Amino acid sequence: MAEELTIDVSGVSQWFGDVQALTNLTIQVPTGSITVLLGPNGAGKTTAIRLVTGALSPGQGSTRVFGLDPDSAEGEEVRRRCGVVSAKPSLYDRLNGWDNLRYAAALYGLGHKADARIKEASAHFGIDAALDQQVGGYSTGMKTRLALARSILHQPDLLLLDEPTSGLDPESAVAVLELIRQMTGDGRTVLLCTHLLLEAEGLADQIVVMQHGTNLLSGTASELTKEYFPRQQLRLSAVRPEDLDILAGQAGVLSYERSNDTAMVEIESLDQVPALVSSLVRREIDITSVVPVIPTLEDLYFAVRRGQIIAADEMPPPPQATGRPVRRPSVAHVAK
Amino acid sequence: MNWSRTLTVTRTDLKQLIQAKDFWVPMVILGTIFFAVVPLALLLTVTRVGDVEIIAQVSSALDALPDAAKDQIQGKSPEAQTAYALAVFLFAPVAVIVPLTISTAVGAATIVGERERGTGEFLAHSPASAREIYIGKLIASLIPGYVTTAVGFGVYSLIVNLVVGPEVGGWFFPTAQWWLMILWVLPPFLAICLSLVLRLSAKVKSTAAAQQASGLVALPLIMMAYSQSTGVLFGASYMPYVVGAVAWAIALFSLHRGVRSVTRQRLLGVSSV
Repeated sequence: MAEELTIDVSGVSQWFGDVQALTNLTIQVPTGSITVLLGPNGAGKTTAIRLVTGALSPGQGSTRVFGLDPDSAEGEEVRRRCGVVSAKPSLYDRLNGWDNLRYAAALYGLGHKADARIKEASAHFGIDAALDQQVGGYSTGMKTRLALARSILHQPDLLLLDEPTSGLDPESAVAVLELIRQMTGDGRTVLLCTHLLLEAEGLADQIVVMQHGTNLLSGTASELTKEYFPRQQLRLSAVRPEDLDILAGQAGVLSYERSNDTAMVEIESLDQVPALVSSLVRREIDITSVVPVIPTLEDLYFAVRRGQIIAADEMPPPPQATGRPVRRPSVAHVAK
Repeated sequence: MNWSRTLTVTRTDLKQLIQAKDFWVPMVILGTIFFAVVPLALLLTVTRVGDVEIIAQVSSALDALPDAAKDQIQGKSPEAQTAYALAVFLFAPVAVIVPLTISTAVGAATIVGERERGTGEFLAHSPASAREIYIGKLIASLIPGYVTTAVGFGVYSLIVNLVVGPEVGGWFFPTAQWWLMILWVLPPFLAICLSLVLRLSAKVKSTAAAQQASGLVALPLIMMAYSQSTGVLFGASYMPYVVGAVAWAIALFSLHRGVRSVTRQRLLGVSSV
């Protein structure tokens, strides 16, 4: 059975005057998933979000959200089911927090549930104590938290987040990312735009890398990692690093490189690691560390970008993980 | 169309206006000067001080009034007649200039202001339709001007009755023509003006540009409304009704066309080709 899609953007191109903002953009977001739009500033991420809610009409191509056309009379239904946090908090500075949230609650038709939802959402983002203050006096982080609270007031089926953690302190940023996880746990769908690779790391079910208004590639983190880093890498160190050079000619080792006290080895599979370590031990080499290098999203992103540049020059791409022995969640590990 | 959402837009705009003291304090001063200070000073000068020169000047000006207007003037003494004529006929601009000025100032900033503050993004993604946003903002622009006029009109009526009433045998204001002007002739001119101003507000790039362009649009309308109001006060029998009806028709057409000026793209501040 085909996967149910919440967002189905197909071949969309968009112009602003003479500037082409999107070029044949195609994004499919499965229901209940977190999709991360990754790309540099100006890649078209914000424009993509605007198309999803019907705030912009596509110049070419089609956009379906919940199976509806947001650029038609069905747009109201689409927007009612979406929660949006735009890159700027988009709040009314002269009003206090309550009034900002009540405005949204009224526009989304919450009726008598409004106050309860406002308390719940504002408490969730730790902004409840400041609701009586005029928003103009809020810090950037407080504004972002209020905007986030506003986006979930009506319990949307689809959450569209455009750089949601910009301006947030690390604690709040973690809370936002945790909320995103929780929302998908409830069966909701999240589309997150970011240029912060660390933000997407460990969160994305699907990654769409965008550049110049088009999607360069998309897939799960593990799929993309396999595509761009088909070989496994190991980082080894020893008391006498030069002893590790013996690995260069060993069966199963695809490549070997040593700089100073660290050796980098490419192998077909991590299953080979025990045998590799055993052979070194048998030779009485004092190993101090063996660390599998799992490509980070950053490695992936730059490999994709590098691939694009090289493809443009008609040269074969040699992707290579600069790889950190990962202390943070890796793309491979979080892929579902 | 969802009226609840429309009125929510109106309420929120008005709340912001109330918070903006830098905006409404000058407007209150404007209303006070036009509806209270100037009339009070002039009427007191005529009735209490009895400045013969001023009375003579105004009396000679009254000779230029149409016969229908002259017939309405009450009072036995020249001071009383002069004061009556001033109160009933010569302060018509007050009732026209104040609401049009205030509503134009509010309306000019309303849509372009959303864009400049970045809040247009929130509205563009909301379920509110462009029509609901337009009408909500139209009402929010209309209310400050009209409320100021209503309050000012009440204050003006009180001043006129207290100062001139004793000279002409009791309270006499508002006259039927003033009611006609306030309730039938003025509102459509206000609506025409606002429909144009909101269109400008949706299309221009900055609040400053909106206010400049709105001034150009509002000025001829103020002059037109003033001349029509004066005609009403001078007592042409059926013309006020005709003028009002024509103005209402133009206003409704203009408002209907104005809806198209508000689009989500304009709220976002982008223009697609």
